[in-house]
Parts: sequence; structure tokens; C-alpha cells
Amino acid sequence: MKIIADTGKCVGAGQCVLTDPDLFDQSEDDGTVLVLNAEPEGEEAEENARTAVHICPGQALSLA
Amino acid sequence: MTDVEETTATLPMARKCPFSPPPEYETLREKSPVSRVGLPSGQTAWALTRLEDIREMLSSPHFSSDRRNPSFPMLVARPVRPEDDSFRPSLIGMDPPEHSQARRDVVGEFTVKRMKALQPRIQQIVDDHIDALLAGPRPADLVQALSLPVPSLVICELLGVPYSDHDFFQACSSKMLSREVSPEERQTAFESLRNYLDELVTKKEADATEDDLLGRQILKQRETGEADHAELVSLAFLLLIAGHETTANMISLGTVTLLENPDQLAKIKADPGKTLAAIEELLRVFTIAETATSRFATADVEIGGTLIRAGEGVVGLSNAGNHDPDGFENPDTFDIERGARHHVAFGFGVHQCLGQNLARLELQIVFDTLFRRVPGLRIAVPVDELPFKHDSTIYGLHALPVTW
Ligand code: SF4
Repeated sequence: MKIIADTGKCVGAGQCVLTDPDLFDQSEDDGTVLVLNAEPEGEEAEENARTAVHICPGQALSLA
Repeated sequence: MTDVEETTATLPMARKCPFSPPPEYETLREKSPVSRVGLPSGQTAWALTRLEDIREMLSSPHFSSDRRNPSFPMLVARPVRPEDDSFRPSLIGMDPPEHSQARRDVVGEFTVKRMKALQPRIQQIVDDHIDALLAGPRPADLVQALSLPVPSLVICELLGVPYSDHDFFQACSSKMLSREVSPEERQTAFESLRNYLDELVTKKEADATEDDLLGRQILKQRETGEADHAELVSLAFLLLIAGHETTANMISLGTVTLLENPDQLAKIKADPGKTLAAIEELLRVFTIAETATSRFATADVEIGGTLIRAGEGVVGLSNAGNHDPDGFENPDTFDIERGARHHVAFGFGVHQCLGQNLARLELQIVFDTLFRRVPGLRIAVPVDELPFKHDSTIYGLHALPVTW
């Protein structure tokens, strides 16, 4: 599993950070997503990544 | 593809039970999930009642949030806004790319980390108000003692608006959101608040500091050479109103709901780690700002099998979507452990609430502190006598008499 983030679409709502702060952070300047770990391993981290993709309001996140 | 033309109902519909959406939403969702409705403004619009349709509409680039456009579906008559350059729509009233830039300018102020940094100060504000509550007479009105002053103080400090003016701007904001006041009164409230913030921004421009959001925005604009007074006034306007009314109502409604569901309250008392999940569930159950998800189509688009034509208004009934059984099993059950993260109480798409993490944090601190420090808290009147805000664009409680 690989997390792909399109910062152009990100609206900085931070839903991803709330879902899993080990996978995501937000940039200090403009609040856009920073992927801390693009290749989550283990069931819980993968599940969190899927949740983050599902609830991301900007549809800025996808999985490959 | 269906093309239903007749108007089947009129918005807004009333809640019968204070804890559930209007019962007609279910009928609409079952019979005609994308349905023509009449609005108090005399306009007709489409009402969406399915979660997936609402999410699709809100994330489609073919729906506009531009409240300047006459096609925008209005649930209350809009204030007449000045046509000149002194007026700018706020974030919720504009579309990309204008919106994207404006949002990006300020979103850094609301990141999860920035909100966490506010935690000690919010905790102190909450503690001070609970001290005062406990020292005061019983019963007390929780709305005046806690729900309203806490978010109001927090947003004032964050923005740099003097809290000493709170009587004034709270009165303006409740008039603007009430469905009961005349359009003239609403207009006056809108203008006085706008003039107040216009003066405030002017004062700050003369002496901008890094201490508050407005000051930081002024300094940032100077750096980029894009000083825009009107934009700051509308930003201040939006954040001030959105920052206190909504959270205040969720504090009151959440307190009542948790007190009425002692088994659920016991779970968060035993494990404060569950408070955030309870907050998501409260947000879903009430969806207090549901008309914020109104838009109009800028192209012919099909939503849920129905063709919506360019120029037609759409009201995403997010409270209906948040009670859609296809999105949430047993949607009418209040269950803090259902994991309701995909609700649309904060909207969806590029306009999703900017202040949502501030709201979550305030609610978390308030509920954890209130139920810990006032374990005997109870509602002082029968629940069906509570003054629920059936008359306001933002649902909530006018007062909440409590004792302990
Ligand atoms: S949830 Fe989506 S839009 Fe929000 S910060 Fe994360 S990536 Fe950006």
C-alpha cells in the first residue's frame, strides 16, 4: 500500500492528522498535508490510511 | 434518469423530536432522494437526502458556493450587500480559484498542531467558568455560564477582537441567524457588525502585531504586498460568527444528550479517550448547521440519477445525510462507539469547516472538565420544556437550566 497526496487539492482540514498522526502531518505555513509515512505497514495503519482517504474532504488522498 | 419537476415539499422542515431530524427527511429519502422543494425565499431547489449524493455534490466542481449569484438557494432573505469594493464575500461564499487562495492564506492558523497549542489556555477558560458556575446560584443557565462564553472568548482571543464587546456581537449574530426577525432587522444587525469589524481592522492596521490572527494576516499581506482590507473584514466576520454560535450550541446539546444517555456518559467518564468519538457522534446526530451545504449547479450534472441543470439550486440536507441508513447503521441510535468519522456535519469538499479542529478541541475540554468537576450535574427542568432553537438557521438551545 502506498499513500499518494495531491497537495493541490488539499484544503487543510486536518482530518488525516486526526485519523493517524503517525502517517500524516500538516505544513506549518499553509496547512496542507505532509505524508510522514507513505507506506503504512500492519493492519491498523492500513485501516487508518483507508479511513483517511475516505473522509478527506478535498479528495486529496489516494492509495496505490 | 428521472426528471421530477413538481415541488413536493417546502424547507425548512421542523424537527418533531428535538434529538432527531425532521421526520419528513426519511420520507423524502425513501420516495424521492433528489427532490424538488420550495424555499422561504420563493425559490425552488433540489433537496438531497442521501449521504453519498451529498458528498458527491459537495466534492463536485460543478456546484458553486457563490452567495453573490442570484441562483444561490437562500433559506432566509439575504441582507442587501454593498455593491462597491468595500464588500468581499467570506470564504463560504466564494469558489475556487478565489476560494483556494483565500483559504490557504488562513488555514495554517487552524492546523491540528496549532489547535493543540491552544489547549492550556482553553482549559483555563473552561476552569474559570466552571469555578464561577459552582460558586453561583442554582439552578444556573449553562448557556450563559459556559456554552456561549467559552467559544466566544476563545475566538475573540484568537482573532484579536475585544471580548468586552461580546454583548454587542452576540446580539448581532443571533439576529442574523434567527428566522423570526424581519429582513430589516437582520440587515441592520449585519451592517452594524460589519461596521464594527471594519473599524477594528482599521485600528489593527495602524498597529499590527503577531499576537493575534488578524494582526498576523495584516503583516503577512504587507509582506506579499497584497494588503486587502475588505478581505480581512469578511474573514473576521465569518470567523467571529462561525466561531461561537456553532460550538456554543454543540456544548449545550451535547450536555443534554450525554445526561440523557447515562450509559454513554459513563463510558467517557471511565475513559476520556472516548470523548472525541462521542463528539463525532454528537456532531452527526445534530448536524446543527445543515444549510451551510447549499449550492447551485454551474453545469448540467447528474446526481443520484437525477439531472440537475445549470443554474438550479441544491440544498444538501446534511442532517438527512447523517441519518441515512446506507451511511450509518441504525442511524437514529446515539452510539458513541459507532466510529462516525464520515459524517457531513462539517460539510465536505473544499469548503469543509475551517474551524472544525478548534470546535473538537473546545468540546473535548468542556465535556471532560464539566462531567469531572460537576459529577452531580442534572437538567433542572423536564427535557421537553427546554427551549430548543427551532427558529434559527443554526440549531441549538436558547437556555439550559442545570443544577447539581
Ligand atoms: S484530510 Fe485531506 S484535505 Fe484535510 S489536510 Fe488531510 S489531505 Fe488535506
